[in-house]
Amino acid sequence: MAADIENKTTTNEKLKTEEMILNMGPQHPSTHGVLRLELQLEGELIVNVKPHIGYLHRCFEKHAEAMTYPQVIPYTDRMDYLASMYNEFGYAVAVEKLLDIKVPERVEYIRVIMGELQRIASHLVALGTYGADIGAVTPFLFCFRDREKILSLFEMTCGARLLYNYIWVGGVSHDLHHDFLRLTKDFVDYFRPKIKELNDLLSFNKIFIERTANVGILPLDTAINYGITGPMLRASGMKWDLRKDDPYSIYDKFDFDIPVGDGRMGTVGDSWDRYFVRVLEMEQSLRIIEQAIAQIPEGDVTSAIPKRIKPVVGQVYSRVEGPRGELGYFIISNGTVNPFRVKVRAPSFVNLAVINELCKGHLVADVITVLGSIDIVLGDVDR
Amino acid sequence: MGLLDKQFTDDNIVIAKVEDLLNWARLSSLWQMGFGLACCAIEMMATSASHYDFDRFGVIPRPSPRQSDVIIVSGTVTLKMAIRIKRLYEQMPDPKYVISMGSCSNCGGPYWEHGYHVLKGVDRIIPVDVYVPGCPPRPEALLEGLLKLQEKIRNESLVKKSA
Amino acid sequence: MKTTEEIFNLLKEKFGDSIIELKTDIPIEQFIVVNPLEIDKICNFLISDNDLAFDSLMNLSGVDDANGEKKTDESGNTQTTGGTLSVFYHLESTSLRHKLVLKASTSIENPEVSSVAEIWRVADWHEREAYDLLGIKFLNHPDLRRILMPYDWEAGHPLRKDYKNPEYYQGMKVPY
Repeated sequence: MAADIENKTTTNEKLKTEEMILNMGPQHPSTHGVLRLELQLEGELIVNVKPHIGYLHRCFEKHAEAMTYPQVIPYTDRMDYLASMYNEFGYAVAVEKLLDIKVPERVEYIRVIMGELQRIASHLVALGTYGADIGAVTPFLFCFRDREKILSLFEMTCGARLLYNYIWVGGVSHDLHHDFLRLTKDFVDYFRPKIKELNDLLSFNKIFIERTANVGILPLDTAINYGITGPMLRASGMKWDLRKDDPYSIYDKFDFDIPVGDGRMGTVGDSWDRYFVRVLEMEQSLRIIEQAIAQIPEGDVTSAIPKRIKPVVGQVYSRVEGPRGELGYFIISNGTVNPFRVKVRAPSFVNLAVINELCKGHLVADVITVLGSIDIVLGDVDR
Repeated sequence: MGLLDKQFTDDNIVIAKVEDLLNWARLSSLWQMGFGLACCAIEMMATSASHYDFDRFGVIPRPSPRQSDVIIVSGTVTLKMAIRIKRLYEQMPDPKYVISMGSCSNCGGPYWEHGYHVLKGVDRIIPVDVYVPGCPPRPEALLEGLLKLQEKIRNESLVKKSA
Repeated sequence: MKTTEEIFNLLKEKFGDSIIELKTDIPIEQFIVVNPLEIDKICNFLISDNDLAFDSLMNLSGVDDANGEKKTDESGNTQTTGGTLSVFYHLESTSLRHKLVLKASTSIENPEVSSVAEIWRVADWHEREAYDLLGIKFLNHPDLRRILMPYDWEAGHPLRKDYKNPEYYQGMKVPY
């Protein structure tokens, strides 16, 4: 009897395993848009992640060659649709460098206020949807409630909630409403305690920390080699912000800090750091807005807008610090009213390429965590 | 409760047409498939959030096409994505409705002229019930689009399939 | 911090003929024109040398120069033959804070440029995009295939100046 049992048991025979390809298709509630991830799985562990993009490729660069310089601005809006003011800002700065014109000071202050308000609005969407992906639905609703206040400020100025066509080459399209500065000051006072509320709800929540700490660690030299910029790079420990390191517009007049990830919940450069850097950046944006409201001069906002934009033959590469990273415009002009070539260095396009390195060895559920912490916008990835 | 409260004189007998009853049931709880493509998706998310609530109309987002009644195509439809939209539409069970939100999915939008990769209107591949214009449409416009769809469902008949 | 001229002189000593010229007359940026097939050796030197230390590639863009010869035939159609495609590299050093712009031009009939994807991993997807939209082939690229357009797009490379839209793609009408 004992001999029978011994013959039936198998010793040292490995179970046959196979790798599985799982498709996180273009339609998915948590991929922040139309992104397809091909996951190669060994059980539940990830071996390889291959992103497939291009499902929202809207031919921005071909349109830019067919339109005149001012007509390109609505198209730049629609690339990174969560940070439209910043896209327009970057384009206007690039063309003004090519034309070598200087804008009035009031315009610079208005652009900075709009840009920083837009940064807060963009981070609110990023944080809200990140919480919703992890499973916390309440912060999503809270963030959108606060975002509605910012959108109503924008609507008061230029009439649109999401895609503005407000910052033009040489100025802005409308002057500020007479109540705008008072309402913006009210918003800053209203929003400061809301950041604390968000921290209490989500940032220091034990479950959130368990899910995000030590997930998707990005070492600093890998980050620089992959061209990562923005909050992702700052979370890996490098104090690099274009507003201080390569200043454009009037950012050198303001006093603000650059938050850097320090790995207090896990390791430096994990998903929690990337999330928390964004929360701290919102606080710094509030500081900039307060200083700008206090210092803004009077003036005419449309005086420097050229009637016809026909730059000299030349090329320029100029970059701004958008909410997702370094947004660069490479514009080549051939002396006509249409640009010859506009290449956009999109931050989300570059940041997404590193997802393979970040997800190796983690579980399938961690792909969502890492993707949410990279904070991509598909309009920017595909242009 | 407001629709039915204190409307009837008799205690527990209500006479209605089956058509009306079915249509009323369908339009009061249209579950949408969460299908946001581009900028209009953000306005759709804002419509579902607390300020312009979608839930009071019975519309909640479902992740799978098999569990949803209505698909709101919000955003630009590219050629690469169009094939997948067709497959998702075919996976939805009947009765199904399509709301085309925003000018990109209505007719190609601002990319109509030089967009080599943009499908000029989602009605080239799937039949659309309601078009909501705008770029992006305000949440109030999307709510009106939803109300128009509810009107359309209210007038549906069991006998003939409406166009 | 070095200027573009100093870097040009350094590179000219080391690589000789691969460095073609330094263009300073076009506003706003100055750039160095290099041989497209030697660019990976040049970039290896740029990233590893301690005085230069260009550890970050800001941008890599392909351009259709549209400088071919135009010929008009009897029916009035213009045909463009020849011309070049160029690739611009914008480099930066995060430690030494200087910038550099390189240009590599190649003919439109057989566009081939050496890939720098192994040196800066950011160039991987940028080169795939330049291949997809302009048709520039990058030699020794780890995975050169289309990235934004569908994988079975037959109608060519969209960002070229002489690109024509196909009429139908998989049963869907493409033009308006």
